[in-house]
Amino acid sequence: MKNIINIQAIYVLWLREMKRYLRAKSRIVGSLGMPFFFLLFLGTGFKNFRPGTVPPDVDYLNFVAPGILAIVLQMGSMMTGIAILWDRQFGFLKEIMVAPVSRISIVLGRTAGGMTTALFQGFLFIGVAFFVGLRIESITGVIVALCFMVLIACSFVNLGLAISSLMRDMQGFSLVMNFIMVPIFLLSGALFPVEQFPVWVRVLSYIDPLFYGVDGLRYGLIGVSKFPLWLDFSMLLLFCAFMVGLGAYLFSKVDVD
Amino acid sequence: MHAIETRGLTKKFDALTAVKQVDLQVAQGEIFGLLGPNGAGKTTFIKMLSTLSEPTEGDARVWGHDIRREKDAVRHDIGMVFQDPAVDDRLTGRENLDFHARMYGMKKTDRISRIGEVLDLVGLTDKAGELLRNYSGGMKRRLEIARGLMHFPRVLFLDEPTLGLDPQTRYHIWEYIKGLNAQEQVTIVLTTHYMEEADELCSRIGIIDYGSILVIDTPEALKNTLGNDLLTVKAADLDALQQAFGNESWVLEVNRFDSSLVLSVQQGEEKVPLAVNTAQKHGVTLTSVSVRKPTLDDVFLHYTGKSIREEDVSEKDQIRGRMRMHGSGRR
Ligand SMILES: Nc1ncnc2c1ncn2[C@@H]1O[C@H](COP(=O)(O)OP(=O)(O)OP(=O)(O)O)[C@@H](O)[C@H]1O
Ligand SMILES: [Mg+2]
Repeated sequence: MKNIINIQAIYVLWLREMKRYLRAKSRIVGSLGMPFFFLLFLGTGFKNFRPGTVPPDVDYLNFVAPGILAIVLQMGSMMTGIAILWDRQFGFLKEIMVAPVSRISIVLGRTAGGMTTALFQGFLFIGVAFFVGLRIESITGVIVALCFMVLIACSFVNLGLAISSLMRDMQGFSLVMNFIMVPIFLLSGALFPVEQFPVWVRVLSYIDPLFYGVDGLRYGLIGVSKFPLWLDFSMLLLFCAFMVGLGAYLFSKVDVD
Repeated sequence: MHAIETRGLTKKFDALTAVKQVDLQVAQGEIFGLLGPNGAGKTTFIKMLSTLSEPTEGDARVWGHDIRREKDAVRHDIGMVFQDPAVDDRLTGRENLDFHARMYGMKKTDRISRIGEVLDLVGLTDKAGELLRNYSGGMKRRLEIARGLMHFPRVLFLDEPTLGLDPQTRYHIWEYIKGLNAQEQVTIVLTTHYMEEADELCSRIGIIDYGSILVIDTPEALKNTLGNDLLTVKAADLDALQQAFGNESWVLEVNRFDSSLVLSVQQGEEKVPLAVNTAQKHGVTLTSVSVRKPTLDDVFLHYTGKSIREEDVSEKDQIRGRMRMHGSGRR
């Protein structure tokens, strides 16, 4: 067991991710730009917009903020995939792979690193949103939201890991970002309630795992959700478990060169 | 026990056999060199020994551990310096070493003292706190060598340790390699296509071409097997000259180069007048004649039928080397 779960290796992989992240100040600021403008323009531009089932006392900014938070987490987590491709391109992946460390420990270290940075970005965003006008309902709600944040981050870090294990370079990865990540985010109901969609699109939304993430975050942050909390939670947990399995499996098969 | 022992080690990529039935034994404490041109299979061979690539056929043991079944034990006992840079250039030199030490499970006190030692060994103590992106190509290479030594490996693999570095840096790295072989008693397996490098560093050399090892011996023995002196002659009309020498009984072998012919002869000095006479008889004026002892270059030519002098370094390598000099990896 000690050989399979190598705490020191997991720790140092995490530590490296932290150092790299904190040294890339422009990345931190840059990653907040897009969500901040989304929030500002959508939240203030559509201030009096009350789409579908949104209760009248929730303004659009409060409706959309949990959705954008989900996107921040999704995109932030996918950076892990990009980090692995960078490591491959710069040869550092070989340094990691030739060490006497099990692939599982490497996956755990990377997951821990990717989740930490994604969650950090999520918190930064909540801070900004709070400043712009997000109301937070209750402490228990915040704890619920935190659980969903962790699950979203964990799922998408592992999705990034899985995809980057199959890819050789950045070009392929940006294809994935555009053709998988963007639909996932648009279908998740992050920007408007899915009742607005025609039925066939709504069906797609219900199989979009991020839908349950967004719904759960909404429950936690603004106290409103479409589905009961247990359903959102179970669906996301299921997806997360599946992604962890897939990410670990594909990464363990990765060829170094 | 041998440091390395392979039996019938083979690697195939689809139709291409990159490494063919290699049987090799490397003794403990040796500096063994694999000398071969581009695409000979050097890197593939090392990748198999370092468990990064599965052999198609054959077996190998590194420090007694089977490379297929005891991967972690092998990984623990080897240090690796890859052909292409493999550092994190957003970390400092010390951080790169610390990362490595922790990946290899070293305790804190060991880590700190060992980092000091290896930095000292490659002369980078002053630069330890700098980000790797500010290192020169030669400094990065030295750091990689230091890192390969961090965890007290038994066997250190150096894949083209001085590729693309300028002659002075290369010379320094040779000194470091010799020093660490002596001080740390680490067995070294290096690949190169620089003749002087193999000659200068290696206790034994294997010449590899198209995946097969053609011959293994000490540099001296290799040069002695040729046994002859070499006469380099230059003239305007090499074609006529080549034919003329080909018919002379005292000429054992003729090799044609761009601007010269190289003749294998015995007692080289005495053959200079003969060469001049022969040329005159065929109405060719020699522009120069020189005698020399065989070098590894000649040995290489003898076994592979081609020359790998430095001028012949492929374009791919020059680009790779240049990128390393500028410290930008494969950006
Ligand atoms: N992953 C791979 N897939 C297919 N062919 C490969 C692969 N890796 C290497 N080869 C081929 O195997 C042969 C040997 O390559 P290798 O990299 O071992 O040569 P080398 O001796 O290290 O050359 P160089 O001096 O250029 O580094 C080459 O023909 C190369 O194209
Ligand atoms: Mg090579």
